[in-house]
Amino acid sequence: MARYIVKRVSYALLTLFLVSTITFWLMYLVPGGPFLSEKAKSEATMAALEEKYGLDQPKIVQYKNYLVNLLHGDLGVSTKQRGRSVNDIIADGFPVSAKIGGTAILVAILIGIPLGSIAALNRGKWIDHLIIVLSTTGIAIPSFIVATLLMYVFSVQNNLLPTYWRGDFKSMILPVISLAFYPSAYIARLIRSSILDVLGQDYMTTARAKGLSQFVRLFKHALRNAILPVVTYLGPAIAGILAGSFVVEKILTIPGLGGAFISSITSRDYPLIMGTAVFFATLLIVLNVIVDIAYKIIDPRIKLN
Amino acid sequence: MSENNVLLDVKNLRLSFFTPGGEVQSLRDVSFQLREGEVLGIVGESGSGKSVSAFSIMKLTPYPGKVIGGSIEFNGHTITELSEKEMRKIRGNEVSIIFQDPMTSLNPVYTIGNQICEVILLHTDANKAQAKKRAIELLTLVGINEPEKRLKQYPHELSGGMRQRVMIAIALACEPKLLIADEPTTALDVTIQAQILELMMELKEKIGMSIIMITHDLGVVSTMCDKIAVMYGGKIVEYGTADDIFYHSKHEYTKGLLKSIPRLDAVEHEKLVPIEGTPVDVMNPPAGCPFAPRCNSCMKICLRQMPEYTDISDTHYSACWLIQKEAFEGGN
Repeated sequence: MARYIVKRVSYALLTLFLVSTITFWLMYLVPGGPFLSEKAKSEATMAALEEKYGLDQPKIVQYKNYLVNLLHGDLGVSTKQRGRSVNDIIADGFPVSAKIGGTAILVAILIGIPLGSIAALNRGKWIDHLIIVLSTTGIAIPSFIVATLLMYVFSVQNNLLPTYWRGDFKSMILPVISLAFYPSAYIARLIRSSILDVLGQDYMTTARAKGLSQFVRLFKHALRNAILPVVTYLGPAIAGILAGSFVVEKILTIPGLGGAFISSITSRDYPLIMGTAVFFATLLIVLNVIVDIAYKIIDPRIKLN
Repeated sequence: MSENNVLLDVKNLRLSFFTPGGEVQSLRDVSFQLREGEVLGIVGESGSGKSVSAFSIMKLTPYPGKVIGGSIEFNGHTITELSEKEMRKIRGNEVSIIFQDPMTSLNPVYTIGNQICEVILLHTDANKAQAKKRAIELLTLVGINEPEKRLKQYPHELSGGMRQRVMIAIALACEPKLLIADEPTTALDVTIQAQILELMMELKEKIGMSIIMITHDLGVVSTMCDKIAVMYGGKIVEYGTADDIFYHSKHEYTKGLLKSIPRLDAVEHEKLVPIEGTPVDVMNPPAGCPFAPRCNSCMKICLRQMPEYTDISDTHYSACWLIQKEAFEGGN
């Protein structure tokens, strides 16, 4: 176990190094710069700004400085949102995105797994067809349409829920539903096909031959085997949803991280681009390790390392 | 043997699989009896209906199979009329089954102990500690060393032979009246095969259960079975004791089967004789004897009409027109 952890941490560091390196150089390959979008500035102003943010130095020196700061946990200062450090922007935005995203994932699991199981157990019957249609629809409809429709029905027509973020429970409902829509549908489909596969296994016949009820067969014998593909999917999906959805956050005016992610690129906010990329990579790596460990717990045949 | 009570009575069982391609008639009027303490061997090639008949005794027929006629009486229950809920009390308790492939028959994510105790806890009043104690007894009974350590192991940590022993332990946990063994040694090494068969016979004596042995290995049935049913095309074509089947076989299919197995006492360079042709099309079973198209002694009537069972002795009967022809000619 100790060896495994050492190995995973060193791989994680290597990955982070590669991610930051590639992001850094790709970023400068894109034309433009952080101060070009605004009204024309004098050359002296530009030079002063570039000097302030260290952009006047050679790229390789900038790269070195960035890595050194990164090692100290300092992600730099945003060039767009003047005076705010990237650390602060992430620290402000991430909790909001994570709260909504985490709830959405929970909702998706609680809806997707029962729906998929019901469909699998009633294979070929009308309820199965209904769930297949629902989940296909869920996968096909993009979140911005879901969010807009929900907003129209619940906020505009009935005035039940707010259209913007107030930080309370009521304002979480619309974003959570919009975000949970796709993963619930996807999980339902995954678990359906996975359970159908498991139900055909010999050990399920053994379970039936023992005289076990359908309930025990499903929850004890089938689900634990069938859940593995869902766990695999959940790793990256949780990382993606926790880090915030640009579209949903934009439509429902949520001050989350998803917005910062995209706007940093359009505004060439170099430190924020790097910061969000490194942050997302870290999140993804951590969740993948958690997935690996969850795998080991669920299926004893799997060996870590 | 014959004074023992009848444990299982299958009468005119008809079972079909309703597939999108049409009705597959897997069992066509299958009847047999099994007495307490008896071992019945069911032999036949793939698709002859041997496994399906065994599965139907536990109502485990896979979808889309359905019993469409006949009855099964077992240990005082009319199996064919029981609900799924009533059936659950019988499965694993009064009748158990072991399968062909021990590598896939155990759930990979639970320990051996969990899977054995599960069935004990389900069918008896034992608490967890008692179930564990019983599980250790069972593992010892099936010849597994260090049973306490094994309880904590997962199926993938055991060999195929060991896993089949665990399957037998699970099957015997509630001392069933009947054990169905569906080709229990097909997936095992030859040396392990013998050990498992020996173990089954030993346990049969200890527990006093009956066994239905499904196999395509005539060697296995000859040593183990009191009665043998030879199946072909969803029908029992010949039924009798091991002696009847091996030394006085009457049906051409049985004779063909016997010719196609290697023998130690064979003359040198004697070739094995395969049964020519392909198995019967169960989608459109022929009107006559199912074996007729492959039979070397096929007569006109064989293709038109299914022969009735003819009693050859008290224990031996077969369905073949040749027997009737012989009887007719002999009578003259």
